[in-house]
Amino acid sequence: MSTPQATAESQAHAPFLQHHFHEPVQQAEAAKIGMWLFLVTEILLFGGLFTGYGILRMLHPDAFHHGHTYLDRWLGALNTVVLLVSSFTMAMAVHSARTGERKRLVRFLLATLALAAVFLGVKYVEYSHKFHEGLLPGRFYSHKGDPVPGVHMFFSLYFVMTGLHGLHVVAGMVTIGWLLRRALRGHFSPAYYNPVEIAGLYWHLVDMIWIYLFPLLYLIS
Amino acid sequence: MKAHSAAERAPRTYLAVLSALLVLTVITVVAAGVHFGSAFVNVVIALTIASAKASLVALYFMHLRHERPINAIIFVVGLAMLGIFLMLCFLDTLAREPVEPGLTAQLADWAVRISSRILSAS
Repeated sequence: MSTPQATAESQAHAPFLQHHFHEPVQQAEAAKIGMWLFLVTEILLFGGLFTGYGILRMLHPDAFHHGHTYLDRWLGALNTVVLLVSSFTMAMAVHSARTGERKRLVRFLLATLALAAVFLGVKYVEYSHKFHEGLLPGRFYSHKGDPVPGVHMFFSLYFVMTGLHGLHVVAGMVTIGWLLRRALRGHFSPAYYNPVEIAGLYWHLVDMIWIYLFPLLYLIS
Repeated sequence: MKAHSAAERAPRTYLAVLSALLVLTVITVVAAGVHFGSAFVNVVIALTIASAKASLVALYFMHLRHERPINAIIFVVGLAMLGIFLMLCFLDTLAREPVEPGLTAQLADWAVRISSRILSAS
């Protein structure tokens, strides 16, 4: 990633270069390190929930097994595919920004945004079905006729984990919308596309968390 | 020049990674329907496949493979900390009396032996 001296000097007064950075490459690397540090805090945030999931499932395996039968694994699989494809379109958006293809960047950002909306749409269908059945977290659980006690614990975790993940999807959509606006105004170029790149990192982490949530919530065998 | 050609190949790499991720998703769903002896083995298999998928995302979509190592170090240290946290919590839980029958007794036994050995050593 070493930029030739001449390039660095010609960009020294680039409008996007913050005054406390020497050159664009340093600024881009710093932005990435900052994003990775933030992603680690996200992992620890979700990690606490995964730990709680592990402990409760070890203590109440039957409640978890029964709870997961109320989820539709095909909707879960559909959402997995939607998020994986959206990660691909996001990676392509970053690639288009890097190569300076503005039209493709806008198209891939739009595709990512649309896939995120599909994900939330499927989630809405799932949630409204659960609400209707009384499969709600904790003391709000009102589903009758479970053969084992404690299924409400599974749904507490289901709603907190997928809910927190869903909030991250919404935050991602807001970020992508902001990128779209800036891309349309021509703010990005091969010399400067940090915002696209680090928003991409965030989006891939959201995908990564779902990669774990899907088998843990929908596919308990 | 090398970085330039890598950038040109990126779309093809991303497509290959996406297909691998989709195939692994199918494998996850199929594997969940097969009984591998115990629920514990099934969880381990599901999490192994999930980790393979997450690694593909991190290495290619998130560019860790071609980035400066500092980003990967930050990520891996974060994961290691989570690993320690998970391990200690699970050992503690397993070393206690089961609340509900159905808990894999063998695992609990194993955890009790490990933790008592650690305690007697210190």
